Amino acid sequence: MKGCVRIASGQGFWGDLLSAPRDQVRRGPIDYLVMDYLAEVTMSILQKQKRKDPSLGYARDLVPLMDELLPLLVEKGIRVITNGGGVNPAACRDAIFASAARHGIRGLAIGVVTGDDILPRLRDIRSQGAPLANMETGEDLSGVMDRVLSANVYFGAAPIVRALREGAQIVITGRTTDTGLTLAPMMFEFGWRETDWDLLAAGTIAGHILECGAQSSGGNFSADWRSVPDLAHVGFPIAEATAGGDVVITKHEGSGGLVSVQTVKEQLLYEIGNPAEYITPDCIADFTTIRLDAEGPDRVRVSGVRGRPATTSYKVSMSYLDGYTAIGTLTYAWPDALDKARAADGILRRRLSDLGLAFEEIRTEFVGYDSCHGPLAVAPDEINEVVLRIGVRGKEMDAVERFGREIAPLILTGPPSVTGFAGGRPRPSEVIAYWPALIPRTAVTPEVAVRTT
Amino acid sequence: MKIRLLDIAHARSGDKGDTANVGVIARRDEYYPLLAKYLTAERVRAHFAGLVLGRVERYELPNLGALNFLLHEALGGGGTRSLKNDAQGKTLASAMLRMELDIDDNDSPGRERHV
Repeated sequence: MKGCVRIASGQGFWGDLLSAPRDQVRRGPIDYLVMDYLAEVTMSILQKQKRKDPSLGYARDLVPLMDELLPLLVEKGIRVITNGGGVNPAACRDAIFASAARHGIRGLAIGVVTGDDILPRLRDIRSQGAPLANMETGEDLSGVMDRVLSANVYFGAAPIVRALREGAQIVITGRTTDTGLTLAPMMFEFGWRETDWDLLAAGTIAGHILECGAQSSGGNFSADWRSVPDLAHVGFPIAEATAGGDVVITKHEGSGGLVSVQTVKEQLLYEIGNPAEYITPDCIADFTTIRLDAEGPDRVRVSGVRGRPATTSYKVSMSYLDGYTAIGTLTYAWPDALDKARAADGILRRRLSDLGLAFEEIRTEFVGYDSCHGPLAVAPDEINEVVLRIGVRGKEMDAVERFGREIAPLILTGPPSVTGFAGGRPRPSEVIAYWPALIPRTAVTPEVAVRTT
Repeated sequence: MKIRLLDIAHARSGDKGDTANVGVIARRDEYYPLLAKYLTAERVRAHFAGLVLGRVERYELPNLGALNFLLHEALGGGGTRSLKNDAQGKTLASAMLRMELDIDDNDSPGRERHV
């Protein structure tokens, strides 16, 4: 057993800094590279791609990245764990195998975790007694059943651990919790059992610190953003894990950014509910037991973590089509910029009303004044310019599309000193609504397959 | 005396559906009791009037010198349904830090306490 395992975050979301995973692999020693690609809306987009082309449905950025890094990963024996498999992890694996073949790499073992995609089985699962009611509102699923675009169970670390035990150097999953990606290598390396609740909670909290990439190493740092050095070359976080559950959060030497007790605290507080009950498929982690200690420059020790047994359910994330939105913007300049933008908003709303267009919501914001803090924003005496930002949402695409044709006319038929209409007509976007539910663990089975080139 | 929350705390916010969370962290350990005493759920709800339409829940993390607030119905429906520029509530942390707290003189930070 290794004394210390270095787990590096390579990607906090799909679209994150492209150089980050390369830097993690090249700039210093690591044992694992973990990459989170899946947000709630992502799965519906991937389902759509897979319907058009059955060989798609995964995070396509992953393939060129692996193509570039494979020789080095193999040479250094670094393992990769990612949920970038989306709704088609096997196709993602095959694309990486093709890349391995081009590099002449043999004996590469890739594990695939599936079984999370329950879209094809939705009716069966409901008829077998899992209603999949909305866990936030209590609503019955039947009202949106025929509009469901994706339905995925959140698996935890356990299936990834199985793939690692079967020798996988790369593990590609579908919907796996972000925290499970980091916890899995600790369970595997240190032989943690699935009932070692305090240890599982410690690994889960390390995963929470890593899951948003540089948000724990100096990015988006509210306490003192000016003090963060060289964000241009920000180092993504690395967890140095030990068998007893203590973890040190750090980053590669020579990289930019900052790991401090304050940066780690900010990430710990990010997107949590009740801190004493952070529920994952692996355990319930208690954030009120975490102890943080500064341990030298860019090193923070996380210890003392306590956990409790996991629940008997998995969480399911479903998405469904729920209408359309469009958003248009125009820029108004001094003098009286805000007054002009307000007048233009009034004119536009009157025209929409004259056209008899009905929307669920019309929302006006003034970027430069109140689009972030709303009624808390302090009214400015005089501003140089302001962006009128007006959006509509409705069930009918035609009405939303028609709204888009009413923005440009304001340039010649509204208040003066207006510009900023370079992007063309606002086009309708689909509203992909989110439906969280619970499902008994017995209703689904994670499937693990490891293949070798 | 009045204290700007910005001067004694830092914060981060994020989203889960139409609910935003704002974690508020004391800049120094000795400021945490001020947060715990004065930054109540009621006070936060009043501060966000017109922006947060639902209830406000507060959780304490004394081990991190921090409070976590859940602001319900804060994001115009949340996700892709929201028409807000800040649909994910990323800037609600700084909106929170605009607050001024009315602190009893006996509780003022940096002042010697009388035994």
